[in-house]
Amino acid sequence: MANNTLTPTRADGVRTNALRSGTLPGYAKWACLAGSLAASALVFAVAGWNWPLFGVLGALLYLGSWTIVNAAVRGGRHGSNVFWATLVWIAFFLALVPLVSIIWTVLSNGTRGILEFGFFGSDMAGVTGVQDQAAAAGESGVLGGIKHALIGSLLITLVATLISVPIGLLTSIWLVEYARGGLLARVITFLVDVMTGIPSIVAGLFAAGVLMAHFEFVGGGYSGGNQIMGFTAAVALSVLMIPVVVRSTEEMLRVVPNELREASYALGVRKWRTILRVVIPTAISGIASGVTLAIARVAGETAPILLTAGMAVTTNWNVFKGWMMTLPVFIYQQLMRPTAPSAPDPSTQRAWGAALVLIIIVMLLNLIARFIAAAFAPKQPGR
Amino acid sequence: MSKRIEAHDVDIFYGKFKAVEGVSMTIEPRNVTAFIGPSGCGKTTFLRSINRMHEVLPGAHVTGRITLDGDNIYDPGVDPVTVRSMVGMVFQRPNPFPTMSIRDNVLAGYKINGKKMSKSDADDLVEQSLRGANLWEEVKDRLDRPGSGLSGGQQQRLCIARTVAVHPQVILMDEPCSALDPISTLAIEDLIRELKEDYTIVIVTHNMQQAARVSDTTAFFNIEGTGKPGKLIEMGPTEKIFSTPEVQATEDYITGRFG
Amino acid sequence: MAQTTTPPPSLLGAGDARGRFGDSFFRVLTLAAGVLIFVILALVSLYLILESLPAIGASPEELSAGVPFWQYVLPLALGTLMASAIAILLSTPVSIAVALFISHYAPARVSKTVGYVIDILAAIPSVVFGAWGMTTLGPALVPVYEWLSRASAGVPGLSLVFGTPSTTGRTLLTAGIVLAIMILPIITSQCREIFIQTPRLHEEAALALGSTKWDMIKATVFPFARNGIVSAVMLGLGRALGETMAVTLVLAPGALTANLIGVGNKTIPAEIALNYPEAFGLRQSELIAAGLILFVITLAVNMVARWIVSRYAEFSGAN
Repeated sequence: MANNTLTPTRADGVRTNALRSGTLPGYAKWACLAGSLAASALVFAVAGWNWPLFGVLGALLYLGSWTIVNAAVRGGRHGSNVFWATLVWIAFFLALVPLVSIIWTVLSNGTRGILEFGFFGSDMAGVTGVQDQAAAAGESGVLGGIKHALIGSLLITLVATLISVPIGLLTSIWLVEYARGGLLARVITFLVDVMTGIPSIVAGLFAAGVLMAHFEFVGGGYSGGNQIMGFTAAVALSVLMIPVVVRSTEEMLRVVPNELREASYALGVRKWRTILRVVIPTAISGIASGVTLAIARVAGETAPILLTAGMAVTTNWNVFKGWMMTLPVFIYQQLMRPTAPSAPDPSTQRAWGAALVLIIIVMLLNLIARFIAAAFAPKQPGR
Repeated sequence: MSKRIEAHDVDIFYGKFKAVEGVSMTIEPRNVTAFIGPSGCGKTTFLRSINRMHEVLPGAHVTGRITLDGDNIYDPGVDPVTVRSMVGMVFQRPNPFPTMSIRDNVLAGYKINGKKMSKSDADDLVEQSLRGANLWEEVKDRLDRPGSGLSGGQQQRLCIARTVAVHPQVILMDEPCSALDPISTLAIEDLIRELKEDYTIVIVTHNMQQAARVSDTTAFFNIEGTGKPGKLIEMGPTEKIFSTPEVQATEDYITGRFG
Repeated sequence: MAQTTTPPPSLLGAGDARGRFGDSFFRVLTLAAGVLIFVILALVSLYLILESLPAIGASPEELSAGVPFWQYVLPLALGTLMASAIAILLSTPVSIAVALFISHYAPARVSKTVGYVIDILAAIPSVVFGAWGMTTLGPALVPVYEWLSRASAGVPGLSLVFGTPSTTGRTLLTAGIVLAIMILPIITSQCREIFIQTPRLHEEAALALGSTKWDMIKATVFPFARNGIVSAVMLGLGRALGETMAVTLVLAPGALTANLIGVGNKTIPAEIALNYPEAFGLRQSELIAAGLILFVITLAVNMVARWIVSRYAEFSGAN
């Protein structure tokens, strides 16, 4: 190569690359990191060990020293470049800390809970402070389980899905296929945006109130809590779920190429058949994935259900009558109002067991959504 | 199986913008008519108004009369769906339905419309249509594979088979070869010559050699400037348009002075 | 070609009445669904307003707190705003950095994994965040709070914010930290979406001029994404304001105080969640009125966010 002749030669005959002047060797970074961690370790070996503070000090030392080294050797511009790059990496590890901690907490506390005999098969009927105090004293296993909460979660989420998916799907079809950017379309898009921002507790208030008003009308007076039932909770969840379904479906319908619609029209196919037989099948994987994510979202909702379905201790299969329990509310109840206030440990154990189950369900739903989106996506028309 | 198309003083609009003005022409059955002209001259727009596809776009509408064997397709009582089932269309880029197999793509016009058909009838129709599109030999062993797995030229012939399968009177082609390689283009052009035995064919093309090779009649559209509507300048037998055009603009375009 | 099937239908008077009916029926059906959304939202607003009126107009003696409604709700609203402000202040820098990490710093394979990790964080139900904050984070922060309180003793201003520390760690600052973690995935994923849309040409132009990576990001990514970042933060704020369960579990409610690490403060959603199940009559109306105020606040925040997004869509070259 031509520039070989220009490369300066050291006294010992080894060529050095002129382009590498003013750079740091690859090991410098790791040396700097190791030095920072060692210094931090030394400080805390003297002052008393503390893992989090060790990490914080180590990171700060590394940030400072590596920046200064770079600024000194390569110039201030590179110093600030390295400073921000390091900060970005630190932020990433910082964001991992709570995630790892949450997962660890749920796993370590929850495993004992779900391994307890009858955790999935029994509800909280007959489990009172007496039983829990005995369990806390080690005289018996922790009784009670989440059967009622699992069934409640399943039924309420199912009803909410049955309400939300048709409304959401049809609305997004109207927005994408029929509305031609008119006033009504803009109003509805705006309202869906507004709905996306409704706090979940407000959705709960609404469902509780509207159904209570209905019962007052029908019953001719104070409803006496008749409106507290699974269906009310499903209505509340629907208020939260509909905008999510509309948004994701709308997005999926919009990416269906117009060419396919026109190809169908050109075959003399009516619009509604084109939508049902061409547009939706093309977008179905995205739609299904969006709906699954929406289900995952409302399955973890607590606040609206707290206001609308109450807190049952026994299994209730009827969404139209009586209180119901769901997994999130069960967790809340067991933590906030332990069955035996003087011995909350059995309640805490059940809460974490339920939390583990809830997280597994939600993660599974997310995985399924991803799988649907990836596996059933139609192949794009070739070029 | 093929109809005469007549246009009388057709204006075409996108909202308030007039894209095409005052087109009157007669398109003969069992004949290939080519529309040529510079970009934006309204030839594709006019083509899309022959099967009422133009109005699919928001705000788009057409005034004037376009008749199929004397019946005005823009009469108030006419259902655009009926028109489109008589006037098929092949698009610029091949667009087989990605969720359907090759076989289902050919049958799409029936499947989507929910028409029942016995399996043997369907098989016959698939073979007949694919043979009609010169594609049968290439795909007969993989009819259940997705249509999007074919090459671009095969996909375009699949789209033609899909159009032929619903037995239209007229086939409109909007630059059917512009996304294809020369070999595939040749195959499509051969196919067009065969199809004109049975159908009225209208083709929009940017490629003047292609117009000269496949068409019997050529219509030249032009536009005076941006923002002005496109107009039909001259129409006549292809040999005449390409050898002794009557209008200066046509000659300038044919000889490559602009466009 | 031999034709075997379906004789061509005649063109005029082809009154395929059933087909046409299908078209208009489907159109009306989908429109009805859209209008239903309109009706639902109108009902939400109407109901909240109607049910709030008795509490807003009631005399102090009739209300649960013995003070006029506004005096009751103001501390709640302030508590909500304080918790959300803490969340935004903590979450925004970290979120932007993590988004940058995904879009510009991490190796391709790592950035995909990080994307999943952020999605997992987004999928964790709020009640689990609350349980974690109550049982793990809160106690873990007690020594930190004690140290903060000692360190800022005597410093004007700071000693007010970091006053007598709580012994359980279930304070407004803890709630704010939990909220910050909960909105991190929202802000991060929004910012990432915008960061990766930065025109490649601009980035390469900057690099070709000899910029360092950070110079390039300052010169191309941030100017391009500024409005997007603002709207992402507003969306995160909207979520933090309305978040109920995490705060209800984490925060031991008390009177309004500036002391972030001590006992005290309440938020509107937590107040509703804690009291609504046992409330009736005017108390219920009070809580619904508080809910209405929360609705209005989140609505305003979301509107501003949308407005910024729409401006952004008009003026950027994105899409």
